[in-house]
Amino acid sequence: MISPGEPAPDFTLRREDGNAFTPEDLQGRTTVLVFYPFAFSPVCTDQFNLYEEVLGDLKARGATLYGVSCDATWSQKAFREKLGVTIEQLSDFEPKGEACRAFGVYHPGGFPQRALVIIGPDGVVKWGYEAEVPTELPGANLIFDGLAAAGSG
Amino acid sequence: MTELGSAPVPASSPEDHITGPADAPLVIEYADFECPYCAAQHLRIARLRVRRVFRHFPVRSSHPRAWAAACAAEAAALQDRFWEMHDLLFADQGRLEDPHLWERARELALDLDRFEVDRRSDAVGDRVRRDFQSGVRAGVVTTPSLFYEGRLYAGQLDAAALAALSAGGSA
Repeated sequence: MISPGEPAPDFTLRREDGNAFTPEDLQGRTTVLVFYPFAFSPVCTDQFNLYEEVLGDLKARGATLYGVSCDATWSQKAFREKLGVTIEQLSDFEPKGEACRAFGVYHPGGFPQRALVIIGPDGVVKWGYEAEVPTELPGANLIFDGLAAAGSG
Repeated sequence: MTELGSAPVPASSPEDHITGPADAPLVIEYADFECPYCAAQHLRIARLRVRRVFRHFPVRSSHPRAWAAACAAEAAALQDRFWEMHDLLFADQGRLEDPHLWERARELALDLDRFEVDRRSDAVGDRVRRDFQSGVRAGVVTTPSLFYEGRLYAGQLDAAALAALSAGGSA
């Protein structure tokens, strides 16, 4: 997994509206990328519901949070709507897993490891966390620990 | 800014809702009145000899009425009927709209006007939020979550955990 201090790699993810999300979109604000294995898998469901509840606190720290998986945009959107959350989803569908590989979080099983990456307004990775097993759900407290470590807490 | 980084689960305090014998093993529960697993776990724990602390962990996107239900329980607490409201909320999770909350308040003979003002008050909202935030800081990610002897049990207790609790309860 990518280490703090490294600049974010070159990558292209697909936003829900079909536009590209690239390192340019990281400039000028703190970004939290939430890599998760699959849309509709039960653990992710709890994860985004929980993070949704603290979005206001993240915003107060100037941080924007995104979900990242290899699912197609339409699946991600349906997943987000089913959960009733507003967290924007970024798709790493084609070429599959390329962005996840660039961040070093691609699982050999063909999906992103459950991981959190915080990137500063300068485009440099400030903090990262990788779950030991995909079923482990990282608490929202870890994101706030990470933001504090990144100097945005 | 509210601190939300990692911190140990707060010990029970006079601010908490506590029930059960003083000498029984202490469990601290984080739960949501609209969560069916919380209702099931409540029934299981109610059979054990434990001292229970209840803290709110409403997650609105999955349970749209959880927050209103938590505030209703807090408003009942201000009239010394927290645990009665707690039981009535868990007993019928399909009915958590406002008229259903009023029905419960009437059943408990609460002062309805006061209940209405209190459940929408900032003080009650802050109380629920404080519980939720203490849970986030302690690493609660799902409901029900329970702390027993410093350990976090996420989700429904399995048979081994229940047995440990029962054993502690009869010691």
